[in-house]
Amino acid sequence: MNAKLADRMATVIFYVIAGVIVALLAGLFGYILVNGVGNISWKFITSPPQSFQAGGGIGPQLFNSFYLLVLTMIISIPLSLGAGIYMSEYAKKNVFTDILRTVIEVLSSLPSIVVGLFGFLFFVIYMGWGFSILTGALVLTIFNLPLMVSVVETSLKGVSNAQREAGLALGVSKWETIKKILLPAAIPGIVTGIILASGRVFGEAAALIYTAGMSTPILDFSNWNPLSPTSPLNPMRPAETLAVHIWKINSEGLMPDVKEVSSGTSALLIILILLFNLAARWIGKLIYKRMTSS
Amino acid sequence: MKGESILELKDIKMTEKQWNSSTKIWTEKRGRILTFTSVSIMIMIAISILYFVASKGFSTFTVNKASIVDFFTGIEWKPGSLNELGKPIVGALPLIFGSFAVTLLAAIICSPLAVGAAIFMTEISPKFGKKVLQPVIELLVGIPSVVYGFVGLSVVVPFLREHLGGSGFGIAAGTIVLTVMILPTITSLSMDAIESVPMQIREASLALGATRWQTIYRVILKTSLPGLLTAIVFGMARAFGEALAVQMVIGNSTVIPTSFVEPASTLTSILTMGMGYTVMGKAENNALWSLALMLLLMSLVFIIIIRILGRRRVY
Repeated sequence: MNAKLADRMATVIFYVIAGVIVALLAGLFGYILVNGVGNISWKFITSPPQSFQAGGGIGPQLFNSFYLLVLTMIISIPLSLGAGIYMSEYAKKNVFTDILRTVIEVLSSLPSIVVGLFGFLFFVIYMGWGFSILTGALVLTIFNLPLMVSVVETSLKGVSNAQREAGLALGVSKWETIKKILLPAAIPGIVTGIILASGRVFGEAAALIYTAGMSTPILDFSNWNPLSPTSPLNPMRPAETLAVHIWKINSEGLMPDVKEVSSGTSALLIILILLFNLAARWIGKLIYKRMTSS
Repeated sequence: MKGESILELKDIKMTEKQWNSSTKIWTEKRGRILTFTSVSIMIMIAISILYFVASKGFSTFTVNKASIVDFFTGIEWKPGSLNELGKPIVGALPLIFGSFAVTLLAAIICSPLAVGAAIFMTEISPKFGKKVLQPVIELLVGIPSVVYGFVGLSVVVPFLREHLGGSGFGIAAGTIVLTVMILPTITSLSMDAIESVPMQIREASLALGATRWQTIYRVILKTSLPGLLTAIVFGMARAFGEALAVQMVIGNSTVIPTSFVEPASTLTSILTMGMGYTVMGKAENNALWSLALMLLLMSLVFIIIIRILGRRRVY
C-alpha cells in the first residue's frame, strides 16, 4: 500500500477512536444525569430510605458518606504525610527502601474487596468492633494510603533542591527544613492530591460492604453526642454510604422505585465527584497563586 | 593575634556544645521517628493483610481437608456440602474461568482503543487531546464502580437480552462494563509511556522521510512497547480485582457458561455475595477466604509481571 494512503487511513482511524471515546463518555454522563437529576429533590436528599415502599430518600447515606470521608482523612493525612516525607527525604538507597517500595506497590494493587475483607476479619471480628464507621475509615485508609503517600512524595520531590540546601545552610535542622520550608512549598500538590483521593474514597463501595456495613440505624439528627448510639456522630455505629446503597438496593432492594432511587443516587454521586475534581484543580491553583505571588 | 584565634575556636566549640545539648537534635530525631513510624505502620499493614488472608485461605485445605487439585480443576462449587470422600466440594474452576474470561476479553477490546486514544492525544492532535480528552479521561477514572455497575444493569443487560437473547447477564455484560472501566486507566498510563519517548527519535524518523503513521507504528509503538504492556497489565489487574460492578451484571451462577450471554460468575462476585451469609470458621466461609487468597496471589502475579516489563523499559 502507498505509504501516504496508509498514513491518511491511520489518521482517520485515530480520529474515529477518539470520537468513540468522547461519545462513550458523553453517553455515560448523559444517561446518568438525564435519568438521575430529575429524581433529586430536597426531600430525596434529606429523608431516610424506605424498605418496601416508593418515595424513600438517601439522607443518612449522604451524611454517612461525608462523615466517613472526614474520618478517613483525619487518619490518613498524618500517616501519608509521615510516610511520604520519609520516602522523599529520609529513604536511602538500600534494601529497606526497596522493600518499602514493594510494600506500597502491593498495597496499591490489592483489590479493594480483599482489603475490605481483611478489615472485616481483623477489626469487625477479632477486635470485636462490629460494622462501624471507624472500621470503615480504617479500611479506606489502607486502601487510600499508597495513592496519598505517592502524592506527598512527588510533591516534595518537586520542590527544588536549592530550597533544601538553603535551609540546611542556615543551620536549621533537617526536620525543621522539611516542616518550615519544604512542606509549605509542596502544599499545592498535596492538597490537590488529597482532594482527588477524597473523590476516589467517596465512591468506594467494595471495601465498605463488610466493614462500615450495609445498614444505618435510625439516627437522631438533634443528638450530637458522639457516644450516644443514635447520634449521627457515633463512630461505632454501622453506616451505609451512597455507593454501598446503590449496590445494595440493586442486589436485594425490595422497594418498587429501585431504579429511580439508584439513578438519583448515581447522579448525585457523579455530581459530587465532579465537584471534588473541579475543587481540586481550583484550590490547587489558588494556593499556588497565593504562595508564588507573595 | 594568637590569643584571639584561640578565643574564636573556643567560641565555636561552645556553640557546638550548646547546639548539641539544645533541643535541635531532639527535634531532628523526632522527625525521623515520626516519619519512620508511619512507614513502619504501612509495612505492618501489608504483612498483616498477607498473613490474615493467607492463614484463613489455606484453612480450606488444612482444616477442611479439601484438595487443592479439586479447587483448581473441579467444576462444582458447593462448599457447604461434602463429597463422597467427606471433603467439601470446592471446585472453583467456573469462578476462575469467569474471572480470567472477563479480564482477558476486556483487555483485548480495551487495549487497541486505549492505546489508540493515547496516540491520538500525544501524536495526532495534542491540543485537542490535552484540552478535551485528558480531562474527560480523568473524570472517567473517578466514576465509582457501582455507577458503572448500575449503568451496566440498566443499559447493557437489557440491550444484550434484546439483541443476543438469553438473560443478558453474563460474560458479555461483564466484559463491556469492565472495558469501559479500565479504558481510562490504560489510556492515561499509555500516554505517559508514549510521551516518554524522546523527541529526537521522532524527528530522526520523520527526517528519514517516514510518514507520521510509519513513525508511530515502527518507531513510537516499538520503543514504548514495554510501557504500553505495563499499562495493559495495570488495567487487567484492576479488572481482575473489580468486585461490585461485575457482580451486578454477570448473573452469578457457578457454572462454566456455554455462551457469552449465559449467567456466569467470577471470584470476586461469589466472594462479595457469599461472605455475609456464611458463618466464620465453617467450611463455606473458609472456601470464600480461599477465593480471597487467590485474588491476592493474582494481584502479586500482576505486580511481578509489571516489574519484569519495567526492567525492559528503555525510556
